Amino acid sequence: MTRKAVALISGGLDSLLAAKLIQQQGIEVEGINFFTGFCVEGHTHAIRKHDRDRVKRNNALWVAEQLGIKLHIIDIVDEYKDVVINPKHGYGANLNPCLDCKIFMVHKAQEWLKQHDFDFIITGEVIGQRPKSQRKKLMPVVADESGADDLLLRPLCAKSLPATLPENEGWVDREKLKDFSGRSRKPQMALAAEFGFEDYAQPAGGCCFLTDQSYSVKLQDLWDNRGNREYELDDIMLLKVGRHIRPSKAFKLIIGREEGENQYLSGYKRQFQTISTVSHAGPLALVEGEPLDPQQLELACAITARYSKGRDADSVEVRFSDREQGSRSIHVKPLAAAQLNPDWVIV
Amino acid sequence: MSPVIELDARRLLCPMPVIRLQDCVEKQDRGVKVRITCTDPGTMNDIPTWCRINGHRVLATEQLEHEYIFLVQKDPDGT
Ligand code: SF4
Repeated sequence: MTRKAVALISGGLDSLLAAKLIQQQGIEVEGINFFTGFCVEGHTHAIRKHDRDRVKRNNALWVAEQLGIKLHIIDIVDEYKDVVINPKHGYGANLNPCLDCKIFMVHKAQEWLKQHDFDFIITGEVIGQRPKSQRKKLMPVVADESGADDLLLRPLCAKSLPATLPENEGWVDREKLKDFSGRSRKPQMALAAEFGFEDYAQPAGGCCFLTDQSYSVKLQDLWDNRGNREYELDDIMLLKVGRHIRPSKAFKLIIGREEGENQYLSGYKRQFQTISTVSHAGPLALVEGEPLDPQQLELACAITARYSKGRDADSVEVRFSDREQGSRSIHVKPLAAAQLNPDWVIV
Repeated sequence: MSPVIELDARRLLCPMPVIRLQDCVEKQDRGVKVRITCTDPGTMNDIPTWCRINGHRVLATEQLEHEYIFLVQKDPDGT
């Protein structure tokens, strides 16, 4: 009887190699990939106009194609919120809840395995590769807390860990698995060369935007100013776009940096108050927060005008649109560089 | 002839258009056709790749100024 394994495919080299090692032992493998909303995909490339012709491939799909396996992409945006908002094991260097994230994903994989009648789960984890979530003593935590227990096999470091069910049952030969550990990528690169894989993705920091410092600062700012840590998919997508400027607790501006971003932001016109420049070429800005009072409106328009071609002009005409009050034209003097408080710029 | 199912994935960024297509195709019988309209240029790679690895076929692709349209048939070869 052919045994079946479900592989967590992030799109990086490690998950590719782990799945390949198991495939080579005659196991049927299918992949799952989770979409959390924070995933590092080609979003910024898709949005920014000058990057559009070098749009990135989806690495998880690429990995599946290299392996010749099916890939199921699962939307976990809503369920994942609790992982980001209340991580039991805390955050890494930024707002990345890596250990809780792994536990959650393995747990979801286990649910999938039961529904689809698969035998075990594989991941590309390597002991000690990442400071927080891949320490040796934490490896059992993922298996225990996810409920996967001995159904969780990590082919790249299995030889350094207690034997799992697929090894004990003889479905896979433990001797053919690896004992990789530490941060060096050399063993993985050598194995990739052995398998003839080229052109694979080598993500630097981590697999998602939560490991990015500037992204985490923007997310924290969003939470602090809302007074709670809830978020919607649109919120976290917008954190990937534009300049974020918060002149007061009451409102934040998201200002497009180029045509592609302006086009993307214009898709949100119905949900936000917007400001765009009329007399000079310039950005579109979304206003997030309370409806603006006249003073705040003038400041918001002056800031937007500052990022237009009319930044040195005496007056710039902007159009302020509000879904309830319609739109109107306003003339402002662009904010001078010296008046833009650096603390307003969220990075 | 069965009608073509229309999916609107405009403004969604990858991989959401692929997820929409996948979740729709999963519920259909073999041979059913789905037309999906997208605005993320990444779909030009992702949708054909997703179809190839899962045994579905892209019957036609159309590229307009801001839109990418794919006509996909579910598992025509019964893989
Ligand atoms: S980097 Fe992001 S996706 Fe990867 S384990 Fe950490 S929180 Fe999860």
